[in-house]
Amino acid sequence: MSALSHAPTTDSQTRPAPMTAGTPGRLARLRRTNPLGALGGALWLVIVLVPVYWVLVTSLRTREGFFDANPLALPTSPTLANYRLVWDNGFTHYLLNSALVTVGATLLTLAVSFLAAYAIVRGTSRALRWAFSVFLLGLAIPLQATIIPVYYLIAKAQMYDTLLAIVLPSAAFAIPLTVIILVNFLRDIPDELYESMRADGAGHWRMLLNLALPLSRPALITVTIYDALNVWNGFLFPLILTQSPDKRVLPLFVWSFQGEFTINIPAILAAVVLSTLPILALYVLGRRQLIGGLTAGFGK
Amino acid sequence: MSTAKTPAATRQGGPPFVMALPALLLFALFALVPMAIVVYLSFTQWDGLGSPAWAGTDNWREALTSPVTRHALWLTVKLMVLSWVVQTPLSLLLGVFVAGRQRYRALLAVFYFVPLLISTAAIAVIFKNLLDPNFGLGAALNLPLLNQNWLGDPQLAFYAVVFVIAWQFVPFHTLLYQAGARQIPASLYEAASIDGAGRLAQFWHITLPQLRYTVVTSSTLMVVGSLTYFDLVFVLTGGGPGYATRILPLDMYITGFQSNEMGLASAISVVLVVAGLLLSLALLRFSGFNRMRSQQAGM
Repeated sequence: MSALSHAPTTDSQTRPAPMTAGTPGRLARLRRTNPLGALGGALWLVIVLVPVYWVLVTSLRTREGFFDANPLALPTSPTLANYRLVWDNGFTHYLLNSALVTVGATLLTLAVSFLAAYAIVRGTSRALRWAFSVFLLGLAIPLQATIIPVYYLIAKAQMYDTLLAIVLPSAAFAIPLTVIILVNFLRDIPDELYESMRADGAGHWRMLLNLALPLSRPALITVTIYDALNVWNGFLFPLILTQSPDKRVLPLFVWSFQGEFTINIPAILAAVVLSTLPILALYVLGRRQLIGGLTAGFGK
Repeated sequence: MSTAKTPAATRQGGPPFVMALPALLLFALFALVPMAIVVYLSFTQWDGLGSPAWAGTDNWREALTSPVTRHALWLTVKLMVLSWVVQTPLSLLLGVFVAGRQRYRALLAVFYFVPLLISTAAIAVIFKNLLDPNFGLGAALNLPLLNQNWLGDPQLAFYAVVFVIAWQFVPFHTLLYQAGARQIPASLYEAASIDGAGRLAQFWHITLPQLRYTVVTSSTLMVVGSLTYFDLVFVLTGGGPGYATRILPLDMYITGFQSNEMGLASAISVVLVVAGLLLSLALLRFSGFNRMRSQQAGM
């Protein structure tokens, strides 16, 4: 459990391999050309982007334009009327619902998971090791399988058809993976740092807030993005735990909108685009953070 | 361990168990307690509104003999295996490829990530329209191969679902493999090059073994995740045509929330839970996932 040990280093030490990572060698390896790979990579790029492009151009077509145009051609007379229609169908209300649910569930998950992860990493008791096993096993519980009892519980607690009914189970199901990722990250913080803080008379709360919290920023960013995306995109809990249109979150709105406007495909796709824009904006702003967060802490 | 309040500076033990309690309680309330409730409900008759009435083993007898549920179980297994077989090599190769430091590969990775930003419901809506035989992409491009009634043909609908699931989830697993591949020490490749190992040999003897924890992590998430493809299939096909894509979670939902047979649906849920737990236990035992220590192993 040494702070700096990670799998590859350990492996290279047990093998008769050179111990030093030479920079020129790394560059040479990483910059080789790979035409076959490039071809495959390009092919997958087409598979990923063609549907996205199709959605964008179609959402700008008129209803009539949709039926006679080549689906991949640029629209002859692009229009924002579809977006207007989506907007006028209460989009901002659903946006707000989604934002509330996402922020609530993510904050709740992060707060309780960080505490648990800290206790598990720093703790020595059997109960804490047992707690970690519970979370590991918890990964295995399919959310779907619990919808009937969760519905039962929520109905009993008089929370049916409220936003809180979505927040609580969404947070609960995000906890196991969040704890595990945070535990893995916190384990890499050297013991010595804790020891020196302890020598200064710091208790667990101070070490948690002034040492563990700032040092685990990259991991926290990663799990925040991961959890928030999951809740934002969540469909099943909103579907079974709410009912009235004014409690709809965006995925539910997209679904019901396509049920209502079945043949107005440009408008349906405009709803898809509008519901994705907030996340796209966050991705553009926070991409570095996300990729950095996923890879941070590896090669100190 | 000690719960007695001692001055922080002199406390020798680790942090108190209480700190883990909020997470445990919340998780228990909505994930563990429901496990118990669902077992209870599976022995009752309940329409979702009134109070459940004891029904003995009726639901179980029906669930275990119903051809619809059996077919759903079979489809679920098939979907799990097929998804793994399609997604793992694809994400591994793509991930290793975009782990390279060339600028264009970094750019590729940015675009690969895009499907992750779209909600499952939206992806299902997109492909429902995109795969439409009359107005979709295939019809207008005039490619006979693409112009099939993907979602309306019982033979094809299942594979269309596998494709859309891959489209949605390969990006995430690619990201995992990319992060994993970047952690492989260059010295290993250097040594192999000196020994005269070619690219294929290096991939086989260095990249793959070094990525084994990533493979385990990714496969675990994929296999367990495959029990949860509900939303996508629900919006994309609704389980049809006929029963062609009615996987177990969908069978449960339709039984419970559309036919209002919550008791029977609970029995199906239990089957789903048991399947999930068995799978994960098998993976744990098989891979030693729980003994992993490092960050790399976890992600």
